[in-house]
Amino acid sequence: MQFMLLFSRQGKLRLQKWYVPLSDKEKKKITRELVQTVLARKPKMCSFLEWRDLKIVYKRYASLYFCCAIEDQDNELITLEIIHRYVELLDKYFGSVCELDIIFNFEKAYFILDEFLLGGEVQETSKKNVLKAIEQADLLQEVSKHTETPRSVLEEIGLT
Amino acid sequence: MSDIVEKTLTALPGLFLQHQAAGGSGVPRVSVSSRLGSLIRSITALTSKHEEEKLIQQELASLKATVAAPNTTLRLMKECMVRLIYCEMLGYESSFGYIHAIKLAQQGNLLEKRVGYLAVSLFLHENHELLLLLVNTVVKDLQSTNLVEVCMALTIVSQIFPREMIPAVLPLIEDKLQHSKEIIRRKAVQALYKFHLIAPNQVQHIHVKFRKALCDRDVGVMAASLHIYLRMIKENPSAYKDLTGSFVTILKQVVGGKLPVDFNYHSVPAPWLQIQLLRILGLLGKDDPRTSELTYDVLDESLRRAELSHNITYAILFECVHTIYTIYPKPELLEKAARCIGKFVLSPKINLKYLGLKALTYVIQQDPNLALQHQMTIIECLDHPDPIIKRETLELLYRITNAQNVSVIVQKMLEYLQQSKEEYIIISLVGKIAELAEKYAPGNEWFIQTMNAVFSVGGDVMHPDIPNNFLRLLAEGFDDENEDKQLRLYAVQSYLSLLEIENALYPQRFLQVMSWVLGEYSYLLDKGTPEIIITKLYRLLINKSTTSETKAWIMAAVTKLTSQTHSSKTVEKLIQEFSVSLDTCMRQHAFELKHLQENVELMKSLLPVDKSCEDLVVDASLSFLDGFVAEGLDQGAAPYKPHHQRQEEKLSQGKVLNFEPYGLSFSSTMSSSGCTGRQSPAGISLSSDVSGNSAETGQKETNSLKLEGVKKLWGKEGYLPKKENKAGSSPELQPIAQDSTLVENVDQMIMKKDQSQALHHSEEEAEKQRLASTLFVGLGSESAVSLLGKTDTVSHKFRRKSKINDTKNREVTSTHNINCSSFSPLSNAPYEDNDHLNSFQDKEDIGLKKCSLGSEFLESGLKSESLTELHLVENFSACSLSPPSLFEDNSMEIFHPPHPTLSSFANEISLTSSLLEELNEHVHSDLVELCNNEMLKVSSCKIWKDDCLLLVWLIVNKSSLELKNMNLEITSTENFKILEHPGFCFPVIEAESTKSIQHHVQMEKLFTEEDLSGCVKYKVEEDPYIQLEFSITLSLLDFIRPMKICTEDFGKLWLSFANDVKQNIKISDSQANLPFALKTLQQKLRLHIVDIIGNEGILACHLLPSVPCLLHLRAHEGMAALWFRSSCSTLPDYLLYQCQKVMEES
Repeated sequence: MQFMLLFSRQGKLRLQKWYVPLSDKEKKKITRELVQTVLARKPKMCSFLEWRDLKIVYKRYASLYFCCAIEDQDNELITLEIIHRYVELLDKYFGSVCELDIIFNFEKAYFILDEFLLGGEVQETSKKNVLKAIEQADLLQEVSKHTETPRSVLEEIGLT
Repeated sequence: MSDIVEKTLTALPGLFLQHQAAGGSGVPRVSVSSRLGSLIRSITALTSKHEEEKLIQQELASLKATVAAPNTTLRLMKECMVRLIYCEMLGYESSFGYIHAIKLAQQGNLLEKRVGYLAVSLFLHENHELLLLLVNTVVKDLQSTNLVEVCMALTIVSQIFPREMIPAVLPLIEDKLQHSKEIIRRKAVQALYKFHLIAPNQVQHIHVKFRKALCDRDVGVMAASLHIYLRMIKENPSAYKDLTGSFVTILKQVVGGKLPVDFNYHSVPAPWLQIQLLRILGLLGKDDPRTSELTYDVLDESLRRAELSHNITYAILFECVHTIYTIYPKPELLEKAARCIGKFVLSPKINLKYLGLKALTYVIQQDPNLALQHQMTIIECLDHPDPIIKRETLELLYRITNAQNVSVIVQKMLEYLQQSKEEYIIISLVGKIAELAEKYAPGNEWFIQTMNAVFSVGGDVMHPDIPNNFLRLLAEGFDDENEDKQLRLYAVQSYLSLLEIENALYPQRFLQVMSWVLGEYSYLLDKGTPEIIITKLYRLLINKSTTSETKAWIMAAVTKLTSQTHSSKTVEKLIQEFSVSLDTCMRQHAFELKHLQENVELMKSLLPVDKSCEDLVVDASLSFLDGFVAEGLDQGAAPYKPHHQRQEEKLSQGKVLNFEPYGLSFSSTMSSSGCTGRQSPAGISLSSDVSGNSAETGQKETNSLKLEGVKKLWGKEGYLPKKENKAGSSPELQPIAQDSTLVENVDQMIMKKDQSQALHHSEEEAEKQRLASTLFVGLGSESAVSLLGKTDTVSHKFRRKSKINDTKNREVTSTHNINCSSFSPLSNAPYEDNDHLNSFQDKEDIGLKKCSLGSEFLESGLKSESLTELHLVENFSACSLSPPSLFEDNSMEIFHPPHPTLSSFANEISLTSSLLEELNEHVHSDLVELCNNEMLKVSSCKIWKDDCLLLVWLIVNKSSLELKNMNLEITSTENFKILEHPGFCFPVIEAESTKSIQHHVQMEKLFTEEDLSGCVKYKVEEDPYIQLEFSITLSLLDFIRPMKICTEDFGKLWLSFANDVKQNIKISDSQANLPFALKTLQQKLRLHIVDIIGNEGILACHLLPSVPCLLHLRAHEGMAALWFRSSCSTLPDYLLYQCQKVMEES
């Protein structure tokens, strides 16, 4: 997989993950072009797109578009299922996920993505394992929050 | 610290469970009240883009201040990073924060580190310089006892890591392959996969460990290792055939549901794993019946098990079908796969339909009947509202096009083309249409019309090969002279009517095509006088939107047409107008036209009608200019000096005062006119040769004092007078630059091109036609099945007379492009464009292009009868200095006419003897046996030709059986370049016979000794392939050749080289005798002894193809001071090493 983009129906980017090295300018250009192309497509149309020399696989969930770029010889259907699996993971993690969850907790969405896809390849297909890994890291978060609370309160006071 | 954390961690699961039970929905929707939250909310509240920008800039400014402040806590920093990521996502640059992201990853506690790593992975790309600062952190975390830290480090490594720092972490990651936790092992494998992608050489040594990972008890680790295997097998399937069994077993287990239920996806067992395995099996089984045999069972089972319940099963089925059609075919499976494709194609779901079409496109060449079955669906898809479906259908049709259906299919393609705006689609589609039109055009009219559409739509984005091929096709014609005329005439008529239309704008490329055709073939028109056409072209010429490149084409056409008229007012007007044009090229063209017009006879002979396909011989030495040059020199003009010489002079002037009076001021104008003369229609930079001549002649006259001023070490040779005589004896020429260009044209000998080569049809095309004739003929008007047996004879009418196969074609057309681009704005002779084309085309007829070109030059050199050996040697020394040019390669060939190929020898003995005979001028090694088995022996011999290293491989069939499909393949490495295709195939080697293959090898990267390896593969009857590997060691010395130059040239070269290396080495008593030491170097290193003066010796050599290296050796009291100079910075070091070795040995 070359990259993955999440954007809203209004064309606002919600998540981007690039697995190939590209310049910022190129990334912006690609994003703009793709968002336009995908949004212009009608709902009954095919989920695949030929774009430049890449294949774009996209799927819409509620108000969010999930969009992956793969190479020509890759399997489009399985990519579609990758998107679906990612949505399932988000759903399980956030508990019936909605766009707002992803907007406000996008770093978590990234963490989940990194446990699922690594370097553009599927890393772990077992839903249980992915979530276990995420939970493990999240636990630390809880721990550190717990241990650091006194200090952070002071900080807040000192700062505000 | 981390210890504490870990302890807490182990105590935590219980705590967490409690928390979860209490929290209910698992993870609470936290931190909406954070700063990020308020930022997001305020952004959503905004209405205009402008306001958003203002807000974000504010935000960024405050973030910048915060992150830079020394008292910012890491906790706050983490929060800032999240906001920065958000700003970046909105498209605002925040590079000031990158370094802080790295710092956060380095210093933070686990939670902060996690955000730090995430920010790094999002902000930076793998070539970013800041990434180097992360390496230490990664190394530290990899060594941590905390699992989570190790996981984070491995995750970042698998995403972005600087290639050059891989060695720093590789051992740590290798260790992790034995880790007790499967998640660590899995991530380690994934990191190694990443390394394999970016630097395959660095992980070569751990291939054994990949095998271990493949056998890992954890499914996740095994699945991760498949990524690496897929990649490696793609690159080299033959090396992993032994794993086929394992892959099959794994797939069987997966399909049989033996994996943990965790890995099920919608109750399908591990679909990702299945697909990965299917692909690997496809790659392994391709063209390999024995391996394919192993996979048939499991493929069958996969097909059977995949019950159509969910998209995911379709994904697996699709991959199955793909694999079945990729491996060695088995009819039974093919049948099942075909049925499967049917399910896709007929599915009401659009995604599946698309994949069905894709599968059809893939298999259509193997299974034409399938397309026939789905005829109606395909036709429906052709008018599908979704352009993607339409496009895939066109792709499918493109593959089944034949002479009978071509017009319908092209029509559909053109329709699609008219609707699409995306450049990428236009380029690819236009290319396809042009290809189909050329191959299957049903008639002249149709062909020209279609190409008109192609040119109009494709315009200036299409591949430049398209117009080039079209023009070539027109010019070369077909077998039927009459037919050719008709086609050309129709083209002319159609262009005239297109130009008739007022205010029509055509793409520049189209205009160029039009002007060439009009210039070349409008004589075919009965009624139209050239005047009318010239007027039309003139109108184009003064059109503002016409680019200067196109103008040059038009001008060329006008010039051609002018030679066919007596006098034309338009031409007069045109000359007048463009003689004062600000565009220098146009002005020059106008002047040329003016002069030409004054001499009608000359013009007619220069621009003959319909001779675009004839060859011309270029007098590369420009000997006809010698008289002109001599005259100039007599009048005191300064000679032309090549670049290196001028530089050298500058150098010497820097050191010594010039006591010479300055030359006459006239000199500069003369030499510059010499320059224009040399930019002859030959176009290519052939000039270095002649410039070398004249320069050196003159230099000796005027600059000798200066040279003496520079510490003059070397003696002088007196070949100067000889050369001047030569120049004087050449025929007289008018000393006007433009005229001399013309004279050269007259001078060019025209030769008829050999057109007797047979037509070449690739097997694939034959296949295509056969299929296509069964399908879609007339799109349903006739019963398609009845046409099954019909062979199509009309096709290929428009197939160009291919003298060469496609790959060569491409090569040639690319030279055309260079040629055209150099021609248009710069070249001085636009009317020669077609001749350019041909002179380049000519090359393709020549097997070893360069060699024969070289000999052609030799021929032309002889023609002028003024070149002696000495002369040539001197040319050579001058050439080897100039930057690489076409001529440079060839100049070496001048002394050594190419030898006939060696492929026709019957057996080894006679072959070796004839080798000796054929190549007795060349030094060669003994025949060395490389590998051997009971059937076959491969041996090889190095031939040190003067211009290259020739490796001759002899393959001896020792057995009494025929060897079939004998393939010899040389593994390509970065060190060598094989000039021919590195593989070679003999369909059959008869019993007890010998075949030979030869490869010209060049050095790409300097080395002392390297192995060139390769393998031979063959078949005996129907048995599977047997493979034998071999390798041969090549050393630097195989690529070193003596450079025969004189002392004086040595002196000049010496000054012009910047890279030098000095070293004193001890020499034995026997070598104290200088000539003896030099002899050693000459024999062992192939250096040329230029001169010996007292106790100093100078030697010269060059590294093929033409990197010179000079050596100055001074013997003094048991020591030899070696001093190398070369234009290459590393060559002296390598040679020094060789010298030392040789001197020590003797």
